Amino acid sequence: MSTRAEVSAEIEALTETNKQSRPIMAIIILFGGIFALLVSIAMSISFGAADIELATVWTAVFHFNPDLTPHQIIREIRMPRVLGAAMVGSCFAVAGALMQGMTRNPLADSGLLGLNAGAAFMLALCFAFFPGLPIMYLIMYSFLGAGLGAAIVYGIGSLSRGGLTPMRLVLAGAAVSALLGALSEGIALYFRIGQDLAFWYAGGVSGTKWINLQVMAPWIIIAMIGAIIISKSITLLSLGDEVAIGLGQKTKTIKVFGMLIVLVLAGSAVSVVGAVGFVGLIVPHLTRLIIGHDYRWIIPCSIVIGALLVVLADLAARMINPPYETPIGALIALIGVPFFLYLARRGGREL
Amino acid sequence: MGVLNVDRIATGYLNKLIINDLTVSIPENKITTIIGPNGCGKSTLLKAISRVLKTKSGAVYLDGRAIHQLETKEVAKRMAILPQTASAPEGLTVFELVSYGRFPHQKGFGSLKKEDYKFIYWALDVTGLNEFKDRPIEALSGGQRQRVWIAMALAQGTEILILDEPTTYLDLAHQLDILLLLQRLKEEEGRTIVMVLHDLNHASRFSDYMIAMKDGTLMIEGTPDEVMTCPNLQNVFNIDASMATCPFSNNPICLSYQLFQKNR
Repeated sequence: MSTRAEVSAEIEALTETNKQSRPIMAIIILFGGIFALLVSIAMSISFGAADIELATVWTAVFHFNPDLTPHQIIREIRMPRVLGAAMVGSCFAVAGALMQGMTRNPLADSGLLGLNAGAAFMLALCFAFFPGLPIMYLIMYSFLGAGLGAAIVYGIGSLSRGGLTPMRLVLAGAAVSALLGALSEGIALYFRIGQDLAFWYAGGVSGTKWINLQVMAPWIIIAMIGAIIISKSITLLSLGDEVAIGLGQKTKTIKVFGMLIVLVLAGSAVSVVGAVGFVGLIVPHLTRLIIGHDYRWIIPCSIVIGALLVVLADLAARMINPPYETPIGALIALIGVPFFLYLARRGGREL
Repeated sequence: MGVLNVDRIATGYLNKLIINDLTVSIPENKITTIIGPNGCGKSTLLKAISRVLKTKSGAVYLDGRAIHQLETKEVAKRMAILPQTASAPEGLTVFELVSYGRFPHQKGFGSLKKEDYKFIYWALDVTGLNEFKDRPIEALSGGQRQRVWIAMALAQGTEILILDEPTTYLDLAHQLDILLLLQRLKEEEGRTIVMVLHDLNHASRFSDYMIAMKDGTLMIEGTPDEVMTCPNLQNVFNIDASMATCPFSNNPICLSYQLFQKNR
């Protein structure tokens, strides 16, 4: 065995030469992602039923002239739509990342665990019983609905003997989502609001207006800042409760905050785009694969990559069969389902 | 009075009390080992001592102050825990996990300082993990994984170490490796170590103080000489032990044993 002096000299040398490759990757992903996001947003704004050149997009954004029709289209239809898509993507992705970290469940996603269906069900109730409810209240009910969905799924999941396993939660989530979905459709048929709900169910950001974004933005921004603040604690929680307590974490407080943030994010996203699933599953796993397990990086990267995914999905949704729009939910499921099967095949191993 | 004092605690899970009215004192700068049959509440006691489990009545005192009233991050600077069933998230590297041990010492968002790196590399070095530091943990053997968790607890740089079966999953040589390391930490740095062990002979050889439990109560406590006797082992484990002396520590060891068929 080497002497103490030798050991400490060695440690000194290692300390000096230590390189951290993962934060560098994270920074590349972050800035590369932001760049790609800006490009896709620009493309998305310029592409549509009426073709508008990128130069016009630029002037419409930075030198708006209300007398020009293209400027009107860009300002009133396409910009809120693409920004809505970006916002929704970030929300679902961060919600998924937080849920996976807190529950150590690799299959955690607001779509798979019933939050989205709960929010959508609550919105259907609102359309049926309180038509014309201000958006402010709609969003509140959406938060509530997300909480309701989560509560039912966790309730059913924990009733089973042997406790909550990732697979059991997903099964409970699927069953509850199917039930809530069926109820929402029943309500839609009975109250003849199917037209209002149909497209919105399949998932689409086409109807997004500035007012929706304005009402949602403060909630989402606060939730995102909250997510970044607790990101380090989420990393420690992902090691298991006991380890996290040993490292000085207030696990219960963090979980309550985390869950509130998840409800706000999933609820607001559903109120814009409908019950789109899988974004929260795909994005955090991809970022984790590239940048490792530190949620201080996973959360910011998920914000960017989630936005990018949904903006691209929305762009694709408009390009596949113009002038008709393909539901975003369907497009994302095309990537999401194989991804889910891949994760499930590995036996839903704990994160 | 020791550094950690357990004063008449009752604790358990949900509505089921595992431990009722238990009082024990953990001596400072010593190795204390809790022994007892499966399900006797060893781990529960360890969890209560390390504030993972709340007590229903009574309290655990760290330096005379009730541990649940202390700021949990301050406790984490003084006490590190190795749980029995620790499992790492997939993809995490050895270095990353060990570096999380520095969390209680970081301020705010926390990036690793030079001081932190020193502790991390020291922990990797004493657990013999330096060559594996960039490997994902799931690529290691069970024994190596166990050492990674111990390294994380060591990187925490605390005077008190609490370990729940640190030698489980390890082969004979690696078991001894860990126990010798703990002994060295005690002797050279004066650390206080509390652990649960299943191997009575290891417990006897390496402990200064032993606590024997059965059915959630304390059966006997004292030095290995006082605890490791035939009548005690009969009481605690219901075994008829044949005792000998450990040639390395001169403490009593159990050479072999029989079950008491009729008493079962």
